[in-house]
Formats: sequence, C-alpha cells, structure tokens
Amino acid sequence: MYAALWRILPGPWWVRVLILVILAAAVLYGLFFYAFPWISEIVNPQEVTVQ
Amino acid sequence: MDDAATPEGAGPDAPESGAPKRRSARATKPRRRASVIGVLGELLLTAGVVMLLYVGWQLWIGDVIYGAERSAQAQEQSEQWQQQYEEQAAASPPMTPAPAPADTTADPVILPEPADAEIFGIMHIPRFGPDYQVNIAGGITRPRTLDPIGIGHYPGTQMPGEMGNFALAAHRTTWGKPFNRIADLHVGDAIVIETPDGWYTYRFRTLEYVKPSAVDVLLPVPQATDVAANGRYLTMTSCSPMYSLAERIVAYSIFDSFTPRSAGAPSSLNGTA
Repeated sequence: MYAALWRILPGPWWVRVLILVILAAAVLYGLFFYAFPWISEIVNPQEVTVQ
Repeated sequence: MDDAATPEGAGPDAPESGAPKRRSARATKPRRRASVIGVLGELLLTAGVVMLLYVGWQLWIGDVIYGAERSAQAQEQSEQWQQQYEEQAAASPPMTPAPAPADTTADPVILPEPADAEIFGIMHIPRFGPDYQVNIAGGITRPRTLDPIGIGHYPGTQMPGEMGNFALAAHRTTWGKPFNRIADLHVGDAIVIETPDGWYTYRFRTLEYVKPSAVDVLLPVPQATDVAANGRYLTMTSCSPMYSLAERIVAYSIFDSFTPRSAGAPSSLNGTA
C-alpha cells in the first residue's frame, strides 16, 4: 500500500518526501480538528454536571 | 530474478554493462507485490498509529489547541465589550462628571438569563495565570456549550451578583479543560466574572466532592433545601476524579464586589488583592 503510494508519486526522492510531508500534515489537520473531536463525543463520555 | 520482476529503471534499454555489480544487485531484487496480508498489515499499523495520535490529542495536543482558542475567544469578547462601552460613553457623556475611583463597588447589575449557548460572561481566575480567561454561556449541554465554548451556566440558577446561587459547569480534562486546576484554588482567591456591565468578584471558599446526583448543590443556598436565598454564591462543578464519571468536584465562592465598567478593571484581576 505505502510502497504503491511511493511508486505513484512523481519526481526525485526529495520531491516525493516533500509531497508525503504535506500529505501527512493534511491528514493530521483533518484528524485533530475534525475526526478526533467527533470521535471524542462518542467514545469519551465526560460528565461535569450534577443532574 | 527474471526480467519481469525488475524495477522500472532497469528495463531492457538500461545499460547492463555500465556498472555491472550494483546494477545487477538491484536488478535481482524482486519487485514487491502488494499482497492481501501486506496491505492488511499496513492498515493495522496505520490504525495503531491513529489510535496513539488520538490519545496524544485527547490528553495533550487537543488541550493546547482548545486552551489557546478559548483564551483568544474570551480576549476578543472582552475587547469587544470594552469597545462597545467606550462607543456608548462617547455618544452619551455620563451624568456624573467625575471619573469613579478604582475599585468602586456598586449594586451589581443583574443580567437576564441567557439563551442556550449565548455568551454572557468571561471568567478570569488570577490563580490560574494572567492569561486565564474563558467565555461563559447559557446551558450545560456538551455539544452546544461545554465543548465548543467552555463554561456553561445551569439554566434556572441565578445570574452573577444576584441573591442566590450562580452555578456553572465546565470540563476538568479535555476540551481546553477550563476547570482543570479547580482543586488548586486557595481560600480567598478571586474569581472574576466579566460581563458587558462590569466585573463581579467572587472569593473562593471551599471545595466539596459529591455524587453526580447531588443537584442540591445548585439550590439558592447550596445543599440547603427550603431555605430562602441569604447570600450571593458561585458554585462551579466539574468531574472528579479527573477522567472519571464517578463523582463531581464542587467549588463554592462568595460574592465580594461589583465593579462597573465605568470604574475600570478591578484590582482583584491582578491576583494581588
């Protein structure tokens, strides 16, 4: 899977590394700001109120 | 081993004789083919990394992100109220010409109860640092108030400065953890609620640990049923122990003074008094 990704990417190795770093940053952003907050509401029942 | 298994670079036109040793060594390496097991393994590894990232986000990075965001939002809100006040003051000069001296206390302005998720105040606690400022909004639901805004006001409880109990809830861990250091408060610490009208200073008195069902901490006189309001209390609830649903930590404070915006920020905000 990742080997295939490496083959698909164009350019010399440092261009590929650059593209992968940018991709990883985009994935991390999506996880930290969208996926994780959404998951957190489901799997992490935090109750701070009395009721 | 055969030609079909050589990498793209070593096709039929590649100079085989140019650098025989290295070339052939690389050419003999069979091209990895994606197998089901291999892809499955990579997916599992990825899932493991994502789960570790989640833990890191939940316990650390998320709080850094949200904490900074909460503080910036509250700072912006505070500046906006100050600007509104100055524009109003400029438009209609006050009747009383002399500027009020610092720390003038007056009868507190009582705000109407806010709508759900409507921001009406900012909490400042000098004990938690000069940058500690978190917006307070109506309602105590996680998706509408506690997660996206910060501190929530129990509907039906009193408002800042009002006789009775001004009751708030916020996260102690995760989501920017507004009440993370609630157990570090010292007796007499200032808890300042800023609103468009001014600053309400409360003084911390005591902590208590209760069951999640202990709704009587929200009564006009906390935990005293059938007693008419006899003072101005601030009750803050959060989870206890940290990361747990088992109990609630409750911090009680008593109203100290109200400083109208015309008198400027009170000295209780500096943490010295």
